[in-house]
Amino acid sequence: MKLYEFEAKEILRMYGVETPPSVLVMPGDDVAAKIREAGLEPPLVVKSQVLVAGRGKAGGIKLVESVEDAVRVAGELWRKPIKGILPGALLVEKAVPHDAELYTSIIIDRSERRPVILASRFGGMDIEEIAREKPESIVRHYVDPFLGLRGYEARMVGKAIGLSGRLLNSYASFLQVLYRVFTALEAELVESNPLAIVGDKVVPLDARIIVDDNSLFRHRELVERRRVEQRGEYTEWEVKARQQGLPFVELEGDIGIIGNGAGLTMATMDLVYHFGGRPANFLDIGGGARAELVKKAVSFLLEFPKAEKIFINVFGGITRGDEVARGIVAAVRESGSSKPLVVRLSGTREEEGRRILEEAGIYAYTDPVEAVKKVVSL
Amino acid sequence: MAVLVDSETRVLVQGITGREGSFHAKAMLEYGTKVVAGVTPGKGGSEVHGVPVYDSVKEALAEHPEINTSIVFVPAPFAPDAVYEAVDAGIRLVVVITEGIPVHDTMRFVNYARQKGATIIGPNCPGAITPGQAKVGIMPGHIFKEGGVAVVSRSGTLTYEISYMLTRQGIGQSTVIGIGGDPIVGLSFTEALKLFQEDPQTEALVLIGEIGGDMEERAAEMIKKGEFTKPVIAYIAGRTAPPEKRMGHAGAIIMMGTGTYEGKVKALREAGVEVAETPFEVPELVRKALRR
Repeated sequence: MKLYEFEAKEILRMYGVETPPSVLVMPGDDVAAKIREAGLEPPLVVKSQVLVAGRGKAGGIKLVESVEDAVRVAGELWRKPIKGILPGALLVEKAVPHDAELYTSIIIDRSERRPVILASRFGGMDIEEIAREKPESIVRHYVDPFLGLRGYEARMVGKAIGLSGRLLNSYASFLQVLYRVFTALEAELVESNPLAIVGDKVVPLDARIIVDDNSLFRHRELVERRRVEQRGEYTEWEVKARQQGLPFVELEGDIGIIGNGAGLTMATMDLVYHFGGRPANFLDIGGGARAELVKKAVSFLLEFPKAEKIFINVFGGITRGDEVARGIVAAVRESGSSKPLVVRLSGTREEEGRRILEEAGIYAYTDPVEAVKKVVSL
Repeated sequence: MAVLVDSETRVLVQGITGREGSFHAKAMLEYGTKVVAGVTPGKGGSEVHGVPVYDSVKEALAEHPEINTSIVFVPAPFAPDAVYEAVDAGIRLVVVITEGIPVHDTMRFVNYARQKGATIIGPNCPGAITPGQAKVGIMPGHIFKEGGVAVVSRSGTLTYEISYMLTRQGIGQSTVIGIGGDPIVGLSFTEALKLFQEDPQTEALVLIGEIGGDMEERAAEMIKKGEFTKPVIAYIAGRTAPPEKRMGHAGAIIMMGTGTYEGKVKALREAGVEVAETPFEVPELVRKALRR
């Protein structure tokens, strides 16, 4: 779950980090009144709240010198899609004059299987280019997941990006808080870019947090507290699928795809392309799907307008062929849809599954290549 | 010879009374795996398919000291606890089938196991099988056949797909390991390759990767350095997946341009690995490699 900038900053404040004074503007709000109520004096920054990286470059962040300008710019930002996405809210923030911009993030390094801190004395909008062109300027520091980030380590990182004196201590304290947030929220990523140097202090001008979806059962408050709808991160049909608990990604083509397991589902997409078709989606029923879930997935694609035909590719291990077949048959019966459906079924209890399907008039392939060729040719 | 699981494997099933645990305990027994005990807290004293159930791993080990492997079917919120329990009891190989475990949990129990000298396979994986000797996992046993080709894979279903194709073409497997599709897994490609390098039964290796992460690139680096010397055939899933989108429950996501299909294929080809365009070309490439 990606958090908006304003949500990430609320969390940092809860952990005692000083962030620039700001006010959140929702659709329909009187921007000037909001700014006055919050007691914000220009210059101000108006920031589009969208869940995509690279907002600044895409024109989603504007510096303004007066409240009137803020109102005008806000009007523009409401209508300005950032990478195709309209903002769910705007954040009006006091502009903070600063001396330099740093970069700091914490992510999980998959190969090292440990959290890694990435820090650079060059922050701001060009961090991705800096990472490419001057990788040596990015300091990497691995953290022991049991010990957590020790104070001396945080100071070492600060030192390594060229900080000293009271600024070094301010940075080290900030980094330790960032690490606490990273573990408390079970985040995949916490980031501050730019992290401004203001005199002898660091101030996060931006903050980004992505929480691991698998851990959300322990962080219901994040979901419940959400005031701004998760606009734009997902398409309309992706939102619908998520509400039903289906891992679904919308694509550009016309062949609806269901597979079991992300690997096989992706390979099925690749195979459809290989034989000249275009997948309309990725839909993974995962491991051990029972008939009810299969039915839900098939019904979903029967309704999904982009999917003009459907290809179901299941190789059962923990997933049982008879359950899959029952789910398919139930979905087709209940929908009354006449969308063409091609099924490939192999693995655990495939004979029984095949029998159930054939009794309902659905032929099941065992050879996936034959099945793909069939669905592409329909 | 074999890798990780063999005829000496004695299995404990954690979560044996659950739907999956019980179904697959039976399937493992039918395959001929020595499943000697199960654990479900609160269900101690009962039996599942003739296998005695205990309340704790320690109690199971007291009655069955021969246990050397555990397989975990415990639901995600409690699975990490089951892994710690197995590792603390001294079990050296723990196969974690459970999907949806929070990544911070996985990071901690994987590090803990390594410090204690235990190997974790998974989580979110199909397990491992040495055809004809033992299967510790959820894969359909009949699709495998004894032989000389190792299969190591991040995807469960593609493991079955490709192994079954090999079998139908008469190419048997030494050991097949599904390492799991999560961002962090206990056993990596490079670690699996180290094991297969030492295994005299393994003549060639099939590596099934996915977009996301850098595990395939690390394996390529190892092959390039000459630390794995047997022929390798690879397939990478996700060529047509859009960037920055998570494909399903798995860790398959291209972030900031790293972990792309092209990058992985390039690294593998530069290391002399044959990369198949579709999973269905793998058997032919394996056959060619074995002829050489």
